Amino acid sequence: MSVVRLHGSHGYDVAALRAQFPVLDQQVNGKPLAYLDNGASTQRPLSVIDAVTHYETHLHANVHRGVHTLSQLATDAFEGARERARRFLNAASTREIIFTRGTTEAINLVAQSWGGANVRAGDEIIVTAVEHHANLVPWQMLAAATGARLRVAPIDETGQLRLGALPSLLNDRTRIVAVTHVSNALGSVLPVAQVIEAAHARGVPVLVDGAQAVAHLPVDVRQLGADFYCFSGHKMYGPTGIGVLYGREALLESMPPWMGGGDMIRTVSYESSTWNDLPYKFEAGTPNISGAIGLAAAMDFLETLGIEKAAAHEHQLLTAATAALMRIPGVHVHGTAEEKSGILSFTLQGVHPHDVGTILDHEGVAIRAGHHCAMPLMDLLGLPATARASFACYNTLAEVQQLEAAVRRAVEVFR
Amino acid sequence: MQLTDLYREVILDHNKHPRNFGRLDPHDAEARGHNPLCGDRLTLTLLRDGERLTDLKFEGNGCAISMASASMMTEAVKGKSRGEIDALFQRVHALLTEPGAGSADLGKLAALSGVREFPARVKCASLCWHTLNAALASGDTTVSTE
Repeated sequence: MSVVRLHGSHGYDVAALRAQFPVLDQQVNGKPLAYLDNGASTQRPLSVIDAVTHYETHLHANVHRGVHTLSQLATDAFEGARERARRFLNAASTREIIFTRGTTEAINLVAQSWGGANVRAGDEIIVTAVEHHANLVPWQMLAAATGARLRVAPIDETGQLRLGALPSLLNDRTRIVAVTHVSNALGSVLPVAQVIEAAHARGVPVLVDGAQAVAHLPVDVRQLGADFYCFSGHKMYGPTGIGVLYGREALLESMPPWMGGGDMIRTVSYESSTWNDLPYKFEAGTPNISGAIGLAAAMDFLETLGIEKAAAHEHQLLTAATAALMRIPGVHVHGTAEEKSGILSFTLQGVHPHDVGTILDHEGVAIRAGHHCAMPLMDLLGLPATARASFACYNTLAEVQQLEAAVRRAVEVFR
Repeated sequence: MQLTDLYREVILDHNKHPRNFGRLDPHDAEARGHNPLCGDRLTLTLLRDGERLTDLKFEGNGCAISMASASMMTEAVKGKSRGEIDALFQRVHALLTEPGAGSADLGKLAALSGVREFPARVKCASLCWHTLNAALASGDTTVSTE
């Protein structure tokens, strides 16, 4: 297929970048695919696919059981991925990098292990109004199990956290603040550094859900001061089924194990067990070895690309798409925070988001339509659902034009 | 596969101007339908005379397919017996899911035949029928397509 695509500015060679993502070069419903559902999952570059294939082809054995050579090679690759993740986040130590299935598992781990040990009846847990179900439901479950109270930090009309409301929510009973870095439904980049500062001033630890952030803005957990930081591989050009929980070593050290099993123990008798050191204490069972290796390759990809350069490109796409859609009568954009990542949530008057999604798909444009796993936020906004276009490093201005044309087609169908 | 196969004129019309929209009060039965994946929600209220469905209304919000399907269903089932409604639901279900299913005698409901080319949307069209089944089977209830 030869399609002329517009290049981004500042020498950002989007055509060369797209060549690394073969999945993008296809027709959907007879139209060139415009993949704008990156908030749900990004595609993988060849380097990630190759790293996983190389491991599966030449290196696979179980890890941490290194009597034989292949097991040692697999262990080296797996632990190399952990060191890669440490550098990616600028964590102090690989003991602070726990591999999980993804963000959801990472948050559940903290809610159950740290929460179970530290949260009591009458205590309070603070979340924000824009949280994804993954950073809400585990805390609801913890609150229900302990008798703690969940408090919700409000947002303003742009979809940004009302930072000023936070001090009045923080009190002597607050045990933890759980906050998203970037809203998956509205795109707002939350002021997590200030949230952490305010919480720390009262001795309260903070968990940051970085699922929508790590591929789109540089994250330095030490500079940020985050106590826990979680993300998924598949939203940052890596594989599914792998993610990272970063935790400050002192906190992880103080926490009881979460799942029991192999790898997480030091000694086991029929009566009792002792626990392995960090990070293995939290990694029961054979891990997703190829996933971790693919994730490390995705981090290499992002570093080579330059997250800031990608973010500038994505911002250009967001600005162009926002302007293009707002030119269409009946389009309403939800989420107008000053600082936004490449997520554009919108509704079209008289056309349900699912119909928008179907019509866009017919035009080759893949978006998400629904509640974005943020049902309380949708209720707050008084919307049953929105349509969401979300951008990644490989999207183009031509795809923005394709999006605009497809939304105009939806208007036409429903005229 | 054309968009106009899915969004036929009659579907767009029933979406824009739903028939039998609202609530029946008093009513003999009420059921709520919810498709958690899409957020489509509808509430059916109905009146019965023995086995016969004498009147029904629906309210709620959802995509054009779910709203139009509910609107057309209310027209199609009003005055029918439980047995006739069951038979009609089977015909509609086949229309939505089975390639080559006939639409003769289905009247306006035949307009839903395009839905089967869009598998993600089948649940939108069938939500109202499942909700009606629930209302007929018992009293107040909630059904979910998930």
